Amino acid sequence: MIPASFAYARPTSVDEALQAIAAGGEDVKIMAGGQSLIPVMRLRLAAPETVVDLTRVTELRGVREDGDSLVIGAMTTHSDILRDPLIAQYGKLIAEATETVADPAVRHRGTFGGALAHADPAGDLPAVALALDAEFVIAGPGGARRSVPASAFFVDYLTTALEEGELLVEVRVPKLGEGWGVRYEKFNRVAQAWSIVAVAAAVRREGSTIAEARIGLTNMGSTPLRATATEQALVGADVSLETVTAAAAQAAEGTEPSSDLNAQADYRQHLARVLTGRAVRAAAGL
Amino acid sequence: MTLTEDPTTTADGPAKEVGNARLRKEDARLITGKTTWTDNMVLPGMLHMAFLRSPVAHATISHLDVSAAKDRPNVVAVYTGQDFKDEQGTIPCAWPVTPDMVNPGHPSIAVDTVNHVGEAVAIVVARTRTAAVDAVEAIDVDYENLPVVLDMEEAVKDGADLVHASTSSNTSYHFVFDAGEAGTGSDTDAAFRDAEVTVSRRFVQQRLIPAFMEPRSAVVGVQGDNYTLWSATQIPHILRVMGALTTGIPEHKLRVVAPDVGGGFGGKLQVCPEEILALLVARRLGKPVKWTETRSESLMTAHHGRDQIQYIDVAAKKDGTVTGLRVRLLADMGAYLRLITPGVPALGAFMFPGIYKFPAYRFECDGVFTNKVPTDAYRGAGRPEATFAIERIMDELAVELDMDPMELRRKNWISAEEFPFTTVAGLEYDSGDYEQATQAALELLGYDELRAEQKRRRESGDPVQLGIGISTFTEMCGLAPSRVLGSLSFGAGGWEQASIRMLPTGKVEVVTGSTPHGQGHETAWSQIVADELGVPFEDVEVLHGDTAISSRGLDTYGSRSLVVGGTAVVKAAEKVVAKARKIAAHLLEASEDDLEFSGGKFSVKGTPGAGLGIQEIALAIFAAHDYPEGIEPSIDAEAAFDPVNFSFPHGTHLCAMEVDTETGFVTIRKYASVDDIGTIVNPIIVEGQMHGGLAQGIAQALYEEAIYDADGNLTTGTFVDYLLPSAADLPTFHTGNTVHAATSNPLGAKGVGEAGCIASTPAVVNAALDAVRHLGVTDIRMPLTPERVWRAIHQGGDGGDRAAEGSNAYGGARTTESGIEEAAQ
Repeated sequence: MIPASFAYARPTSVDEALQAIAAGGEDVKIMAGGQSLIPVMRLRLAAPETVVDLTRVTELRGVREDGDSLVIGAMTTHSDILRDPLIAQYGKLIAEATETVADPAVRHRGTFGGALAHADPAGDLPAVALALDAEFVIAGPGGARRSVPASAFFVDYLTTALEEGELLVEVRVPKLGEGWGVRYEKFNRVAQAWSIVAVAAAVRREGSTIAEARIGLTNMGSTPLRATATEQALVGADVSLETVTAAAAQAAEGTEPSSDLNAQADYRQHLARVLTGRAVRAAAGL
Repeated sequence: MTLTEDPTTTADGPAKEVGNARLRKEDARLITGKTTWTDNMVLPGMLHMAFLRSPVAHATISHLDVSAAKDRPNVVAVYTGQDFKDEQGTIPCAWPVTPDMVNPGHPSIAVDTVNHVGEAVAIVVARTRTAAVDAVEAIDVDYENLPVVLDMEEAVKDGADLVHASTSSNTSYHFVFDAGEAGTGSDTDAAFRDAEVTVSRRFVQQRLIPAFMEPRSAVVGVQGDNYTLWSATQIPHILRVMGALTTGIPEHKLRVVAPDVGGGFGGKLQVCPEEILALLVARRLGKPVKWTETRSESLMTAHHGRDQIQYIDVAAKKDGTVTGLRVRLLADMGAYLRLITPGVPALGAFMFPGIYKFPAYRFECDGVFTNKVPTDAYRGAGRPEATFAIERIMDELAVELDMDPMELRRKNWISAEEFPFTTVAGLEYDSGDYEQATQAALELLGYDELRAEQKRRRESGDPVQLGIGISTFTEMCGLAPSRVLGSLSFGAGGWEQASIRMLPTGKVEVVTGSTPHGQGHETAWSQIVADELGVPFEDVEVLHGDTAISSRGLDTYGSRSLVVGGTAVVKAAEKVVAKARKIAAHLLEASEDDLEFSGGKFSVKGTPGAGLGIQEIALAIFAAHDYPEGIEPSIDAEAAFDPVNFSFPHGTHLCAMEVDTETGFVTIRKYASVDDIGTIVNPIIVEGQMHGGLAQGIAQALYEEAIYDADGNLTTGTFVDYLLPSAADLPTFHTGNTVHAATSNPLGAKGVGEAGCIASTPAVVNAALDAVRHLGVTDIRMPLTPERVWRAIHQGGDGGDRAAEGSNAYGGARTTESGIEEAAQ
């Protein structure tokens, strides 16, 4: 399929990008890796007036430390993430989820920020960002920056807190170091497919007790969700098969997943419970 | 397997090329794309076509205004069905399976009504492809919806809504094969009346999409009143005849070329509406045109495969001896009959008895119209459906009788000493040994160890259960003896043509009528000719796919190429040698009878040293200065071969399957197959065909399903929702062969193109059921999605229908005027 015609801008800095977005007319689409946008345009589900291509905005690419946080540039590709030593040390949950994204060709072009800004509930990284309480650093027209927590960033299906004219610049996540165990438990029918359901779990143990638990759910609603009831049940609990299983049984509480040819809603909720159990057991070292 | 590039010479003479694991000579250009695919063709002044396609499954076209599209930039013309209604004819159906079969006709472009989503409604012709696609959006069209017919069991009821107003029912034909009436078996009703045990099942063969890698593409060139159609087709020869008959372009004014073609799987065994329309548009404008489909267009409008509801009954004695088989099919034709739409299920009629000695057999099939894209050939075409049904119900019978499923099969299959064996369906199976293949497969799988593990897992209540599935199959391939096809009312014969040209430098051109689309004909034919003529493998070039070069042929499908087309090559080579012998005798001043031909050289018996190579003779006869009186100055030859029988590959496929009972996810633990495909010309090509066939057969069992929603929209409109496995999703295949030469061709080859696809599907489903049968599961609908498996385990039933909504990944893709609309968000 051939996309409808569009104007194209390829800025080299954040400032230039913001200007291009401002000058792009009514319907501007920002292209990061293009791995979701281009298919949608080719299917003519989207026909933007202007595409602003960020691939040459090098300042947005890379991972750095800032105290207790990792700061991930929005244009850092999935392959960059998988090769990054800071991610390997402090961002294992991100790495695990990123490894499951599509195939090597997609991971080579697709970006961390693009995946989050696209906010596909079947995408793998939104639930991870939510579980980690990521902070989204957004540049507005003129260059002013604001920060939005993950809990407020994902608004609806393919919809985020990004306003017109704004650009996602970087994402700050807490370093998960000593004591933390993680697991991204993805359920799909073939290796390259989107998640039918997936669970991102990070658990910090203190001895035989669970001190902290962060659990994000992929594709269990129109946005990524936290399995709050399960998290609460886990904190302070003994690390045992029984407590984890009992806590995981609450993982689908409050979810309203969609029904499609891969899974009807009740089965998705069942999967969320089973996969949460598996993810937490693995993260807790059971 | 050892890959060898250089044949070794043995003491008995030059090593044979046949049997040598040659790397495929065509692969370098195919894999790197350094060839001319149809869409690479650019002709001077070439225009581009794009289609407006129906977004609704059944409707009258109440309003159609193309004037705005005509005004779009670079648009040359816009046509509707009204423009071509008097000259488009009907897409041909070459297989009227019964004398009273109802064929309402198949316009290439809709005139008044649309009968499936994706049917062509208007054509934009523009100077660029982009301009054509853009202008499609400017067409103004309204539809008045008619009732949509989708469910076959509803469609055949009295008073059902009709797909075609011109017909009295949705049943196109009722085809019956009754062994009792045919004299090939006893009375089926009596067999069931007297049965000690009967088992009845309803199986669903889901609708599949061939999903070839290269999308369909057609380019038409115009030279005065001569037309050349380049097409990504499996069947240039048949397309030429049918294209000429359909459009009225005289056959000798139409040349069809299939350049390198990127797969087909039966999906390009078709006279496509778009090919006909490209010819009509080129003729109307006197200009070259091109059409290349998008992937979404391909999934929506290229023909689909399978789609049967199978009601199957088996009668047996308590000791397991089978006494009768009864099959009733509903076969979904879709909205129209295309080239062999009605024949696919009818071809399966002869394979339901499988390898078993049923004394009584009756087969009935209703071809049913629905408002979906037509079905037609898809890898196996009738035989996978039959094999699935018989191999599934043999397992069900084993359960009913509390017998080991392999023992039940062994008790009933044809034993090695009984070949050739005439079956209850009237086919004469040529050769084989089912026991030998089975023993080899059991060893490859490690059957006993896996059975022991299965027992342990059951006893411990492991959440991951293990099962082993069996498929002991045969198939009929090498389509086909022309007289048999005639008796089945097929519109063509089954012969194949080959010619061999000996060039002055000794190089050899082999022209085959069997047009490849990825099979490796160039390599295999070169190996055959190298042996027959004693020339180096590298000295052989294989030409194909162009009706101006290969004037006669019947193309590639039904695992026929090597068996029929390869044999034609052998026959042509024999003629070349016979012609060269006369010249050799003349030049060596010897009697023909005193000449022996070996290793490409004629020599005089008892006279070592004296000799003349066939490549030298090629030069000698090119010069033609000195050759015998009374013969033509050429050693070129051609031959046509018409087989006297099908060939019958067989094999034993075993699948070990792990089922996660908590999620329903199934994982193939190990897959082993031993196939008997007769003599093997090239082990690498065989291995490749087996792997590809297994992948597709496993994919039917586990992944693929074309789903229409209640309005007749194709939900699985992209590869996001129409799921194909990759290498990452499939296991290592442990394959082996036994060799019992086919008796109906001099190569002894049986055909391998479809075997893996035919055999594997029931092995996989049987394996999953074997893993969870102790949990009360008796059937799971294909594909075995995790959800279906989970529901079958935890809620009973066969897993049920899947939701018809597509997944929401990147917005979901659904059908509409321009092909797509946004899914409900």
